[in-house]
Amino acid sequence: MADRVRAAYRRRAPGEPRALGYLYIAPALVVFVAMVIVPLGQSVWYSLFSWDGLSVATWVGLGNYGALFSDPTLRGPFLHALVLLVFYSLLPIALGLLLAAAMSRVRLRGLTFFRTVLFLPQVLAMVVVAVTWRWIYAPSGLLNEALRLVGLGGLAHSWLGDFTLALPAIGVAGTWVGFGLCMVLFLAGVQSIPRERYEAARLDGAGPWQEFKAVTLPALRPQIAVAATLTIVAGLRNFDLIYLTTAGGPGNSTAVPAYEVYHRAFEIGQVGSAAAVGIGLTVLIFLLTVVVSRLVEGTQ
Amino acid sequence: MISSRLDRTLTYAVLVLFVVIALVPVLQIVSTALSSNEHAQPGLLLPDGLHWHNFVEAWQRGHFGTYLRSSVIVTVVVVVAAAVLSTTAAYAFGTMRFPGVSVLFYLFLLGLTVPEEALVIPLYYDFRGLGLTDTYWALILPQTAQSVAFGTYWMRTYFSRSSREITEAARIDGASTWSILWRVLVPSGRPAITTLVVITFMWTWNEFLLALVMVSSDARRTVPLGLAFFQGQHSSDVALLAAGAVLVALPVVVVYLVFQRRFIEGMLSGAVKE
Repeated sequence: MADRVRAAYRRRAPGEPRALGYLYIAPALVVFVAMVIVPLGQSVWYSLFSWDGLSVATWVGLGNYGALFSDPTLRGPFLHALVLLVFYSLLPIALGLLLAAAMSRVRLRGLTFFRTVLFLPQVLAMVVVAVTWRWIYAPSGLLNEALRLVGLGGLAHSWLGDFTLALPAIGVAGTWVGFGLCMVLFLAGVQSIPRERYEAARLDGAGPWQEFKAVTLPALRPQIAVAATLTIVAGLRNFDLIYLTTAGGPGNSTAVPAYEVYHRAFEIGQVGSAAAVGIGLTVLIFLLTVVVSRLVEGTQ
Repeated sequence: MISSRLDRTLTYAVLVLFVVIALVPVLQIVSTALSSNEHAQPGLLLPDGLHWHNFVEAWQRGHFGTYLRSSVIVTVVVVVAAAVLSTTAAYAFGTMRFPGVSVLFYLFLLGLTVPEEALVIPLYYDFRGLGLTDTYWALILPQTAQSVAFGTYWMRTYFSRSSREITEAARIDGASTWSILWRVLVPSGRPAITTLVVITFMWTWNEFLLALVMVSSDARRTVPLGLAFFQGQHSSDVALLAAGAVLVALPVVVVYLVFQRRFIEGMLSGAVKE
């Protein structure tokens, strides 16, 4: 490593400055270290204590991390987050692929319009998303009214107040936010696949499904990796939507790690445990991003 | 030929269906925001006329005028600071070689994956220790740092792609590194910088968790926090809540419509592959 750096250093073009680089980096580095690296270290430190935020903290070592596995009120949120990833990540990717497959067979007009509209949910503040989806799920909201309109009024629910349905209901709102991003990514990818490949596949007598498996899917692999990474990271980080729709309820049925960090640290005074959840969440995000990139590289 | 026409029709039908799905929740807010409060109820009703006074009420009674002021101050400072800091840092990372350059760059990359949830607790206690909670600083400094992580990564790609010949020709002409950056590279890098600016703008404008933790006084609330607070206080005042939601979303939506290409490009680049 050091040798490589030194070799690169020696290859420097004539007249290229040396130490000046540090000066250019310094201001950004100072802010970044003070506001990201130091707090990250402090979070790790906090997580080793039992602390209510006021009185003296007691050292508990890795106890808070053990609790992430043994305490159901902490294990639950992590499981909920994984369930939500089905809605935040898997479903948008599946929908995006479906659309891409349909689109691979035709040349499309008005792509800019479709792209603009489909991507729109991505740029809305989560607060706004929460307001509109709360209304959709309200007892006399859009969803229940639509069900009554088609004669399925018996299925009407208080969606966000139901122990089993609240989590998937929030998941669907997350799908709504993410599906356009996946579609935009895959549409761009699919439109750049050479036509000849489809013609060749068709000459070989491939039907739509074989065509999708043999041509579209392999060509879209890089875009799928990007979509998976973006939606997984955004999904696991998502605090706003839960806090503003269900606040983890009813009971604990929609609590997720991101919510648990806030709830424990700032509402019920379990700062150490909250920090451990935050660090656990960071590790989970790292692991999943590595898994995604391994999966993509491994099958290539 | 017939099958290809069928394909085309089906494809457009599917696309239009998804467009409707994407728009219904948005239209629900817009139509409610324009209805009179007696008429307004969550759903997809046509508004009973155009009641623009909802926006005036949200502005005054809902304090959205104050919230917008806070949001503008915080966002402008974060966007400018993050753009300048990440441009200078990325310039060094992209065009200069010195010991430790890659280690330092990986440190910045780390900042792209660390979730805010892992930082917000110590940040709160640190700022409280300095007596800086409930000030704009508590919103500006952490968000600048988080945007700098993305900005440095993003701008470095531009700088390392920018032509070495131009830089070296300018250097032989006796231009300093400083004037090469600001006279040569920044003007020609306007598209990359625009992307950085619009993305940072959206992130900062929409930020919720940090504001929720740091801000306690009404005067310092940013618009997303203000809307959440308003929802808690007047949840039955549907038309006003919708008008507030429009005021939160509108600035970002307008910028998005103008810079659509830059926006999408920037948001899709967040998945680091290195």
